[in-house]
Amino acid sequence: MGNYLKLIALGCTALFAAIAANWGRDTAYILHAMIILGVSGYLFIRVLRRIDEPVQATPEGYMDDVVRAGVIATSFWGVIGMLVGVVIAFQLAFPVLNFEVLQPYGNFGRLRPLHTSAVIFAFGGNALIMSSFYIVQRTCGARLWGGNLGWFVFWGYNLFIVLAATGYLLGATQSKEYAEPEWYVDIWLTIVWVAFLVVFLGTLFKRKERHIYVANWFLLAFIVTVAMLHIVNNISIPVSIWGSKSVQVFSGVQDAMVQWWYGHNAVGFFLTAGFLGMMYYFVPKQAGRPVFSYKLSIIHFWALIFLYIWAGPHHLHYTALPDWASTLGMVFSIILWMPSWGGMINGLMTLQGAWDKLRTDPIIRMMVISLAFYGMSTFEGPMMSIKAVNSLSHYTDWTIGHVHSGALGWNGMITFAALYFLTPKLWGRAQMYSMSAINWHFWLATIGIILYAASMWVTGIMEGLMWREVDANGFLVNSFADTVSAKFPMYVVRGLGGVLYLAGALIMSWNIFMTIRGGAKVTAPVGVPAE
Amino acid sequence: MESSSFLSEVADNWMLLAMFTLFVGAILWAFRPGSRAVHKETANIPFRNDDFPVGEDGKASSKTEELQS
Repeated sequence: MGNYLKLIALGCTALFAAIAANWGRDTAYILHAMIILGVSGYLFIRVLRRIDEPVQATPEGYMDDVVRAGVIATSFWGVIGMLVGVVIAFQLAFPVLNFEVLQPYGNFGRLRPLHTSAVIFAFGGNALIMSSFYIVQRTCGARLWGGNLGWFVFWGYNLFIVLAATGYLLGATQSKEYAEPEWYVDIWLTIVWVAFLVVFLGTLFKRKERHIYVANWFLLAFIVTVAMLHIVNNISIPVSIWGSKSVQVFSGVQDAMVQWWYGHNAVGFFLTAGFLGMMYYFVPKQAGRPVFSYKLSIIHFWALIFLYIWAGPHHLHYTALPDWASTLGMVFSIILWMPSWGGMINGLMTLQGAWDKLRTDPIIRMMVISLAFYGMSTFEGPMMSIKAVNSLSHYTDWTIGHVHSGALGWNGMITFAALYFLTPKLWGRAQMYSMSAINWHFWLATIGIILYAASMWVTGIMEGLMWREVDANGFLVNSFADTVSAKFPMYVVRGLGGVLYLAGALIMSWNIFMTIRGGAKVTAPVGVPAE
Repeated sequence: MESSSFLSEVADNWMLLAMFTLFVGAILWAFRPGSRAVHKETANIPFRNDDFPVGEDGKASSKTEELQS
């Protein structure tokens, strides 16, 4: 019966997509209709061929296939996203790289959202989905709930990424930072995200452990909050059902506030709470000892949840936003510093009594540097949210540097560590193919981040000071173009930092590939030995 | 009274109080007597059931390792 319903749904989708491809009003919409037509047509045939096969019993054991697919997707999108990042970094330094033949698809304006979405949503999102599927099964002692729904989440999410990325290149965007995809892509993501929530909750409900481990709290908060943010920030009315353009329902300062309520909590719940869920599982596992203080992790959780949601207005200092709102955002941002550092200390102190592993285990080293960058960027952020500091830092490259020390340092490094932890386990290998390659990756990435962050501090503060510099008569001393040419050397250094970071990610992909391909399977389960 | 100012009135009085109480309550609850043993047990969850789910009989299918620390 279920298969017949599936066939009807897929058939209707394919028919609708075929009509949409014919009647579509813009290129992005037509291409997306064709992609959806192809996907639903393929699935229709696939379901049809298996329609009367007997239903197979649920296999025993954990559902790890989807996690394996997630490991591969994470490293693939990581390389793509970082590559685009390097390209646009050099486009800023050398504008000639906006090649004339590639216009309008290859210019900075279209590649920039491609970069941010590829690294945050494709690389980070796949990392979060695959590690939450891994973590929730292990910490619940239960197989992933919902059978193939886990696969729907994986493929559905990656389809969302393909639709978003091709849309940006073809110019379909609703111009909301980090929420660029147009209305139908947003609707699709909502469906996938609800499925993700259902799979996660279903597994939690049938857990065999009495208590819910703290990593799952963070992951659940991430899933629920992102759903809420996504829906509210993307309330828009399509101009036509046959076109990608839509109009926002909010306008003016309300729209700006909703956008940055979304934008900052995407940082807070996607890039922080979600990755903290990874941290609270993988760091204890790799260190071979339970988290330093479970009580502190609970306080960390509740403080983060209660505070983060109010911090968004600090993106709108000195705008049309009422003063009280931006003061509120600033105050909450500063209070946030405390729980953030509590979490960092909790992660680092988990290594208490195992600090020697820092010498021998490059994966632990990655986790430590990632926590260090978590601490650093959660100090820098509150500082930059103070109005007086923000008046210097806002709209400058300091902000870009801050984002990247968080994203490359904290999110990137903890994801690399998780991938190095998971790959041997999931493919039954004793360890990664090359431990020295992990070391290389560690140093390339670390030096890359330092080049990136340092050059952006210098150029950001310089730029901010140049903008506000006035002569004795009160006239501005510098034109905007003066700041652009003064920034050139720092832009080159930033690009080089990106090259190093990308090189590290390439080494990791090679290492993961060799681990999957090579080496004898280990028959005995590979676990971190108890000490 | 306009609905927006009514909402802001509620938000900066009763909602603030309710959320602050909820927050403090959650923290105090973490420090309740007897929580230490529960937290110790919960903190060790990642070191169980690494390879197989818990069976229907409620017993771990794989060797269960408890960490002493």
